[in-house]
Amino acid sequence: MSEFLQQLVNGVTWGSVYALIALGYTMVYGILRLINFAHGDVYMLGAFIGLYASGWFHAAENPNPLKALLVLLTSMLLSAGIGMVIERLAYKPVRKSPRLSALITAIGVSLLLENGGLLLFGADPKFFPQIIPAHNISLGMGVVISNQQVIVLAVSLALMIGLRTLVLHTKVGKAMQAVSHNHMAASLMGISVDSIITFTFMIGSALAAAAGVLVALQSPKIEPLMGIMPGLKAFVAAVLGGIGNIPGAVVGGLVMGVAEVMVTGYLSSTYRDAIAFVLLIVILLVRPAGIFGKAVTEKV
Amino acid sequence: MSQLQVDGLDVYYGAVHALKGVNVRAEAGEIVTLIGANGAGKTTLLRTISGLVPAKGGRVMFEGKDITKIPAHEIVALGISQSPEGRMVFANLSVEDNLELGAYRRKDGAGVRKDRDAMFQLFPRLLERRKQLSGTLSGGEQQMLAIARALMSRPRLLLLDEPSLGIAPLLVRDIFKNIVEINRGGVTVLLVEQNAHMALSIAKRGYVLETGKVVLEDDAAKLATNDEVRAAYLGG
Ligand SMILES: Nc1ncnc2c1ncn2[C@@H]1O[C@H](COP(=O)(O)OP(=O)(O)OP(=O)(O)O)[C@@H](O)[C@H]1O
Ligand SMILES: [Mg+2]
Repeated sequence: MSEFLQQLVNGVTWGSVYALIALGYTMVYGILRLINFAHGDVYMLGAFIGLYASGWFHAAENPNPLKALLVLLTSMLLSAGIGMVIERLAYKPVRKSPRLSALITAIGVSLLLENGGLLLFGADPKFFPQIIPAHNISLGMGVVISNQQVIVLAVSLALMIGLRTLVLHTKVGKAMQAVSHNHMAASLMGISVDSIITFTFMIGSALAAAAGVLVALQSPKIEPLMGIMPGLKAFVAAVLGGIGNIPGAVVGGLVMGVAEVMVTGYLSSTYRDAIAFVLLIVILLVRPAGIFGKAVTEKV
Repeated sequence: MSQLQVDGLDVYYGAVHALKGVNVRAEAGEIVTLIGANGAGKTTLLRTISGLVPAKGGRVMFEGKDITKIPAHEIVALGISQSPEGRMVFANLSVEDNLELGAYRRKDGAGVRKDRDAMFQLFPRLLERRKQLSGTLSGGEQQMLAIARALMSRPRLLLLDEPSLGIAPLLVRDIFKNIVEINRGGVTVLLVEQNAHMALSIAKRGYVLETGKVVLEDDAAKLATNDEVRAAYLGG
């Protein structure tokens, strides 16, 4: 029992990271019907920017939560800027082209970021500094959680609540919903569809960057290709929840994280990566629209 | 100079020549109707005025300003609003949120709330359903919402694309009464309709569009008695 609870705690923590990344996939898909394959690489960039920001703010000397927060926010902000540049330079020019062009562009951007990362940061792993030194907290019944896990959970939760508030209760959030429903009707309201799309990319990128920093806190070895697998799995998580659906992405991420940790714990770590694709196949067979997705026909 | 003046408008969709040198005008305070068969180009004309579709030639002048190249979201701020064909309400947002989005460009919160209440007065059915998701409204209610939403930007020119489409005749009468009331409030209305009878009964002037060209232009009352119009659009 205690082992199961322990796995659950680990799974939920890990899953909340997937959820953060999956949110970016799902928001961009919702608004553009585009799978942004470069999204996992923004997560990687977020971790690297966090690494550099830790240096700028001397966050590892006399570590304190405030400096760590500054690192996190810096990474999110700069990554939002990167998201904006990617959207403007790569995706906007092909927005009116056939969908295949956009897909190929996305793969191209992903390769560019990965190889750019190799060039810039080198292929050897870098070590993310200890900006929050780890210690364990006992939850009773033999279940332990690290303070870093608590931070991952707390930050993810705060970001998700923030996103929910933004989308449901602010003017720009309602504009995002309007654009994702119908570009033409949104422009007739006086909404600049271009600005809303850019804004959506920025939010998604900031969330992925936060995920990058949070993961690097716990597993400090970071390298330019580190975004590929989590990116792919978060994408599966988004599909699992119903792509385009925001709560779905969160649930999909959690399911993915828990499934992965459980499989590692009870079967074998060999299957760790396989479970994502098993889940993908199952969901595509059983409920192709995803857990929360409506089985609606694609609108044009 | 007319409030709206469309001069020699040419619009293409790829190789399809949808508007062929169309001239249309609307004076401030008028209801002008545009009738024509399916595919005549009525929607295309409204979309081009709203900046949703680019013009290949000709120009659209509004209150003395050339707006042909202005993007759609800025045209709203200039005082032209549209209730589009098929209504296009934001299905997963509430009635209230839809109205709020109609006022997206406005900064005067108090004025927006006042106008929203005015919309509820004009369309009481929307008041009863203010928290309801607009996708669950009936077709007629969605049409009312689309018109109310378009009015929330305080337009001086309102473009209406087939407000009677798919709506029961009794409700159509109500909606046309609303249109007259809106017009009395000082809003110019350019009304696209297949229901030519109703449209000509409330309009001052009308245009008949056929395969991308204006083939007739006259006072609405005269169009209603014109033999060709009667044969083609009024069922004889
Ligand atoms: N997006 C588009 N792409 C290509 N052709 C189009 C497009 N929209 C309209 N057309 C064509 O342009 C012509 C005019 O269409 P439009 O929708 O303006 O007609 P309409 O008068 O509004 O017709 P209806 O009464 O059926 O609404 C038609 O031949 C139509 O097929
Ligand atoms: Mg039409």
